[in-house]
Formats: sequence, C-alpha cells, structure tokens
Amino acid sequence: MLFQPSIIALLLAAGSGVFMLACAAPFAMQVILRWDMRSGSEQQLRLERRTYLFSTLLAFVMASQLAALLLFVFNADRLAVMFVGAMCAVGTLNVNEWGFPSLIAQITIFFLASMWLTINHIDTLARDYPLVRIKYALLLALLPILAGGFWLELQYFLNLKANVITSCCGSMFSAESKTIAAEASGLAPEPALWLFYISMLAAIAASLGHWRSGTRSSAFLTALFSASGFATAIAGVLSFVSLYIYEHPHHHCPFCILKPEYDYRGYWLYIPLFAATAAGLGAGVTQVFARRSSLAGVVPNVSRRLAGLALCAFLIFTGAVSYFVLSSNLVLLEH
Amino acid sequence: MRLWLEKQRHLIDFTLASLARRKTKNIGLLLAYMLLVFVLASLMLFTHALRSEAAYVLASSPEVIVQRMVAGRHDLVPPDYLERIGRVRGVQKMQGRLWGYYYDPVLNANYTFMARPSGEIADGGIMVGNALARERGLSTGNTISFRSYSGKLFTFEVLATLSPDSELLSADLVLLSENDFRRFFEYPAGHFTDIAMSVANPQEVRNIAAKLGKMLPDSRPILREEILRTYESLFDWREGIVLTVLAGAILAFAILAWEKASGLSAEEKREIGILKAIGWETSDIIRMKSWEGLLISITAFLGGVLAAYVHVFHFGAAVFEPVLKGWSVLYPKFKLLPTVDGLQLITLLFFTVFPYMAAVLVPIWRAAIADPDTVMRA
Amino acid sequence: MIELADIRKAFNQGHTNEYWALHGISLKLDAGRVTAFRGPSGSGKTTLLTIIGCLAKPTSGRIRFKGEEISGLPERFLTDIRRQSFGFVFQQFNLIKGLSALDNIILPGFPSGRPRAELLANAASLLDRLKLSHRSRARVEWLSGGEQQRVAIARALINDPEVIIADEPTANLDTALSLEFMGILEDLTALGKTVLLTSHDPLVVESQAVHRVIAMRDGRLTET
Repeated sequence: MLFQPSIIALLLAAGSGVFMLACAAPFAMQVILRWDMRSGSEQQLRLERRTYLFSTLLAFVMASQLAALLLFVFNADRLAVMFVGAMCAVGTLNVNEWGFPSLIAQITIFFLASMWLTINHIDTLARDYPLVRIKYALLLALLPILAGGFWLELQYFLNLKANVITSCCGSMFSAESKTIAAEASGLAPEPALWLFYISMLAAIAASLGHWRSGTRSSAFLTALFSASGFATAIAGVLSFVSLYIYEHPHHHCPFCILKPEYDYRGYWLYIPLFAATAAGLGAGVTQVFARRSSLAGVVPNVSRRLAGLALCAFLIFTGAVSYFVLSSNLVLLEH
Repeated sequence: MRLWLEKQRHLIDFTLASLARRKTKNIGLLLAYMLLVFVLASLMLFTHALRSEAAYVLASSPEVIVQRMVAGRHDLVPPDYLERIGRVRGVQKMQGRLWGYYYDPVLNANYTFMARPSGEIADGGIMVGNALARERGLSTGNTISFRSYSGKLFTFEVLATLSPDSELLSADLVLLSENDFRRFFEYPAGHFTDIAMSVANPQEVRNIAAKLGKMLPDSRPILREEILRTYESLFDWREGIVLTVLAGAILAFAILAWEKASGLSAEEKREIGILKAIGWETSDIIRMKSWEGLLISITAFLGGVLAAYVHVFHFGAAVFEPVLKGWSVLYPKFKLLPTVDGLQLITLLFFTVFPYMAAVLVPIWRAAIADPDTVMRA
Repeated sequence: MIELADIRKAFNQGHTNEYWALHGISLKLDAGRVTAFRGPSGSGKTTLLTIIGCLAKPTSGRIRFKGEEISGLPERFLTDIRRQSFGFVFQQFNLIKGLSALDNIILPGFPSGRPRAELLANAASLLDRLKLSHRSRARVEWLSGGEQQRVAIARALINDPEVIIADEPTANLDTALSLEFMGILEDLTALGKTVLLTSHDPLVVESQAVHRVIAMRDGRLTET
C-alpha cells in the first residue's frame, strides 16, 4: 500500500461510515421489532427519538460520501505520477482490478443513501410513520453494501504498488480493450451523440411529464429514464463530450475535465447530473409507497417536486454539454 | 424552498447569537481546533510546496541521464560513449555534462559547480546562485577566488546572479565555462560527468533506456519520471509518517469535541428545553446544533489554513523544516513558492472537520431529544 | 374543542420508582373560555396541562383536539400542533437570557420559516398592545418580573395560537401585577382565545375573568 495522506483519509472516512452504521444496527433492529405507534409507553418514545439519530447519521454518511468521491478521483489523478504509463486518474484506477469497481461502488452508495433519505423524508411527513419498519430494514441492507464498498476500497489501496505498468486513458479507451469504459468510448462520436441527446430528451420529457401530471406510471418512467440517462450521460462524456472539452480527438478521460486546466468544466456536468439522477430516482422510489393511505396525500407532491428538480438539473446538464460542444474548436462530425 | 432558506437563516442567526453569548466556553475548543488545522495544514502545504519545487526542478532536467558505473560507483563517462549512444534510434538530443561539488571552507558549505558551453559564459567568468551570492556578499562585477582541490588559486569575475525563480534549483549553483571547469578540477579531457539526452517520442523512453542498458552494460540510465516518482513517494511517505504521529492529536481532539458537545451546561439544557416547549422540533434543534458545528469548523478551518499559509510561505515552516526538508544544507533564507491545491484541502477537511462532525453527531442528537415538558416540570 | 378520555400518565414506567401522576381523567373543554385548574402541588394539574398542550404524550387514553385524535401522533406532529395551536406562559417565564425582548418573542416563529421582517413587525405590535414597546430592545434579564411576563405572553401569541396555556401565571407576581395579568386575560378572551391555566391563587381562581374552575387532587378530578 502507498502510505499517503489522502489514502489514509479515504479509508478513515469509509471505515468510520461503516463503523457508525454498524454501531447503529442493533438499535435499528430494536426499532423493527418493538415499534408500536399506538403505544404511549416510554420505550416507544425512546425508539421514536432514536429515528432522528439515524436520519442525521445517514445524511452525514451521504455528505461525506460525496466529498470522498471527489477526493478519490483527485487522489487517483495525483497518484498517476507514481505509475508507469498512467497519465491521469484513469490509469491509476486501472493499476489493479479493484479501482473501477471501487469507484462504481462509491457512486452506488451515494445514490442508495440519497434514496434512503428520500424515503425517510416522505415517511416523516405521514402522521403514522408508515414506513418505519421498511426504512430500517433497508438501513440494515445498506450496511453490507457500505462494508463492501469499504472492502473494495481497501483492496484497491492495498494492492496499489508503484511502478506497475498500467495503461493510461489513451490506450485504455482504445477500441481493442474490452472493459466497460472502453466500450463506452469505443462508440463512434456520432451514434454516441444521438444516443446521448435521445436519452437526455427522454429523461427531460419524463420528468417534465411527471412534474405536470404526477401519476404513478410517469414517476416510474422518470426514475427509469434518470437511471438510464445517468449511464448514457457518462458514456457520452467518455465518447464525445470530453473530446470537445480537451479539443483532442483521442483524450477520453472523464476526470481531467475537473481540473483547473479545463476551467473546472467537469463540475458543470457532474453536479447537475448527480443531482438530477438522485432526484429522478427519488421521484420513482417514493411512488412505490403511494398506495399507503397516510402517504396518498404526501407522495404525489414530493415526487413531483423531485421531478421538477430532476428536470431543472437535466436541463442544466444538457445545456452545459451542448455549450461545451458548440463552443469547442474541435470538429468531430462533418456538417 | 424559500421557507426552507428562511428557516436556515433563522437557525444560523440564533446559533451565532448563542455562540456569542458563550464566547469563553467555545474559545478553548476553537483554539484547539485551529491549532490542529494549523499543524496539519502546515505539514501539507509544506510537503506540497517541496513536491512542486522538485517537479519544477525536474521539469527542466533531461528526460534521461546516462551515468557510467565502475564497481557499483558513479564514474566518469569515457569519450567514445557519446558517439555510441548517438547511434541509438529515437535519441533526439544528447549532451555530455560536467558538474561537481566544491567545498567552501568560508561558508562550510558545498557548492555545485556546473560547466556551460563557452558561448554562454566566457572563460574567467561565473554566474552564481542567489543564496550563495547573498551569503558571500557578491554582486555583478565582483571577483571571487576559490582554491582548487589541487591547491591552486583561481579568481573569477561574477557575471550575473541567477534569477530566484526557484531557489531550490539555483541556490548553491556556480556556473562556469567548460575550459575553466576542466582546469579547476583537473578533469581528464574528453571525459564527462554524465550524459543528458532527450527522446523524440516520450512513450519510447523506456525502450530506449533498455537498449542503452544492453549496448553499454556498465551504464546506468536514469529516467526523469523515475526520479519524480521517487520524490513523490518520499514526500508522501514522510507526510504519512508525520500524520501517523499526529493521529494521536486528531483522536485527542475528537475526544475533546465529543466531551465539549456532550457536556452541556445547565443553562444550555434549559435553553433547548425552552425552544422545544415553544414549538421547535427535535430536527430543528439538530439542525441548529449542526450549524453551530459547521460554523465553528469553517472558522477554525479558514483560520488554521490561513495561519499555516503564512507560517509556511512567509516564515519558511519553521516548525517542520527539520523533519521534512532533509536535503542539502545551504538554504539560509530559503523561501517556498506558494502553491495550494484542492486535493490537499479536501484531505485536510477529512482529517479535521470530518472527525469533529463525527464526534459531535451523537452528543448533538442526545441534546436535541430532551423532553419538551421539562420546563414545565421544573 | 379539547376532549380527554381516560387519560393516564406514568413516569419511570417499569422501574421500581414507577409513579402514576394521572389516574384516568375524562374532560371536555370549550373554545373561547378561560378554565383554571386548581389543586395542591403534586395533584397532577401541570402534568395534565403538558398533555393537553402536546408537550408530553399520555401513557394511555385518548385526546381529541378540534375533532381530531392526536394522542397517538409522533412527537414531530405534536410539535407542529403545539407550535400552531398552543402558546405557553411558564411559571418561571423561561425567557432566553442574553437575547432582547424582541428576539425572545420571535423564537417560536423560526421553525415555520416566516420571514424575519414579518416576525419582527408582528412582535412589535404585540409589545405595543402589552404596553412594553419602550423595552423591546432591552435584554430580558434587565426586565422586571411583570415585564418579563408580558414578554412571555407576547412570545406565546407570536404564532397566533387558539389556545393559551399558563402555568401558575401569578406565582411570581405581586397583587398589582397579578391584577394586571387578569386584565390581559380578559383581552385574550375578547380576541376569542381559549385559555387554560393552573393556579392556587384565590385572586385568579375567584376572578370574574375565569369561566370555569376544575379542582384536582392526587391525579384525579374532584369537582368540575
């Protein structure tokens, strides 16, 4: 392992997230087993008050997860110097087989935590807390995922040995190699562009539709298109957006756009994209519980507001992408 | 959304007022917090500055340096090597270099003597590094004498002092003409200290190094990227070591934060009870207290980082210099180029704000779940 | 307006020092009237008021407020109801030291996110009605007992609640100030507020301003 401050910080953050949630797990069990909304007993009151701790805890885990994601990518970029052939974050993540799985796990944890917080939010709006048991069962389910993410990160860093020959983004995304990221950028820019705009249009249309109508099916559609929109958006960044930003026909790296050399333009893409996806998923996941009587009045409102948020964020994201493409000096497509 | 913002504003207002009312209680924690940020930030800024100095030095250095080894020791490069290397394909430029160390008894320090092509420096003239010029009181036009290792005295005229862009690069440097260099050190004609080369295609550096190794088995090619990597890991490792030593301090600070957050005074407990009784919800109290933690964190973080910046870049990191710098000794007034990067700040955030917030989380919740009817029962 | 059915309340339930403060209280309280609970200390009148005012939950029994059952609600929603519908005047006033009278008065408005300017204007007019405008910027610890109580009353009114709950409101006041308080009480009734208070001060319980007196002893009602 490389003995390096940022790595220690990342492991510390992931480790304490797991630790805190593990400490909270027995209490979550108690909530599942003993919850009785009708009871006026002191024990019920204690359980009720404990729920505040969990939501605070998870909000904290989610916030630190977001910061950790950023640190993870930054750190990978800085470490590139340590590995022969690695020229940016992609090369570093490729040093061993744990790099990209670890990154994906962290993104997944972020979205899962955001969905849990959305469910938690609608539950606290209903007077009988109808989702308490489901919520805490989900929390317990989140624990192994969090632990898994920590384990992946640990494996990645433990197996990080300087001087291993790695491919950098130049060769990694060449059409020959068969990894997922390679396939995404292996798409020719033109079909990728079409796919990207079609799927952004779908996500925007679905969230606009749900924002206006608020029906159950439109909510699920919003979630579906948000998730697929996230995937195609990342593929789009790999296959053509990055090229336009770097003004270089072979530089596909999705991380270098976060750097000052490129005016931090990546943040204009990733912040709206993550927000849009989290909101879109939230709009769908709340709708799962819309049939509960006490939530019937709550869910449509929340779900529609989330769809509105997703709509705005997708619009910003698509607008930013279009702007970067149009203002670039690179010509990829013949007009 | 507007309501939400307005509410957060109210909570921040209240928090600020309540912090102001309890200045003395919070000042100790704030100082400890700031001190922790200061120490860690100094450490990080300092190693990062050294790192970028090293990168700066290396950026202008050749991609490959070829040395000759005799009995495992660095030896002079014989004359025919230059020509033989020239035959390797892909080598773009190649130059024999002459340099060496000179011990100056006046300052008790080593200088680096380096030869430049005679076109750049006339025989009898030298250019000197900034630190050296300062210490020996030299300026353009002065003359200075050095006694060579063979006992002869040589007098040089100072043509210029080197620009202080990076002092690390040039502090102890003396540039002189090739003829003077060979005479001063009585260097055998045609021999060089090492060979610097650049390569047409950067991707080919390793292949060329491998070819050289085969062709001249007694040579040792040193790649720039390897030096860079070595420096990086050296600095990272040192930073990591110091950080581990400081882990105790971080833990102690987290415990202090936990203590402070759980040990609410009777007055504070009463206030929370009142707020709850008059209609504040448990989550409102949690939010208010989180704002308090965040405000303290932001203040301590900004204050600590600012102090560390001044400490490192204006006072030369007086506290850490002995632990972290550890190479050549001649840097009496060595100033680092100010550089700060995002990675460092986020890492610092994880070593200071993260433990603090994690430590106060449970105490905040405990304070917030106070019974709202306590104010009536008292 | 408020209906209680067989309300019981235990403290330290399941422990050796278990203690029942209320033994099955059933009661109906009408809107727009002043009701006083009378009884010796330990009779359970304050506990009853905390339960009516949504500060605490009964161990068993049912409460209906404006026709809606609220006894089973989580604390989060009880707090909402408390904030919107109940204003409290405590025996010790319970103002927050170090803040001005105005800043104390607007505190209950914070969680609802009402704009500060609106809250301040509202608070100023309340102080004006209570003839305390000249002290609005003063820190509460510099105010006299009577002034502190008027600040507490203004704070209770800032969210325009339907019910005012006052716990021993005259315990810390002399006769003149107590009479002044009874005057304010009549103003509140005129505004259509429902007032619930506890007291064993004859000045209060025998006053014209009080419409109904409920006596309690040992956690039970003795007369209604």
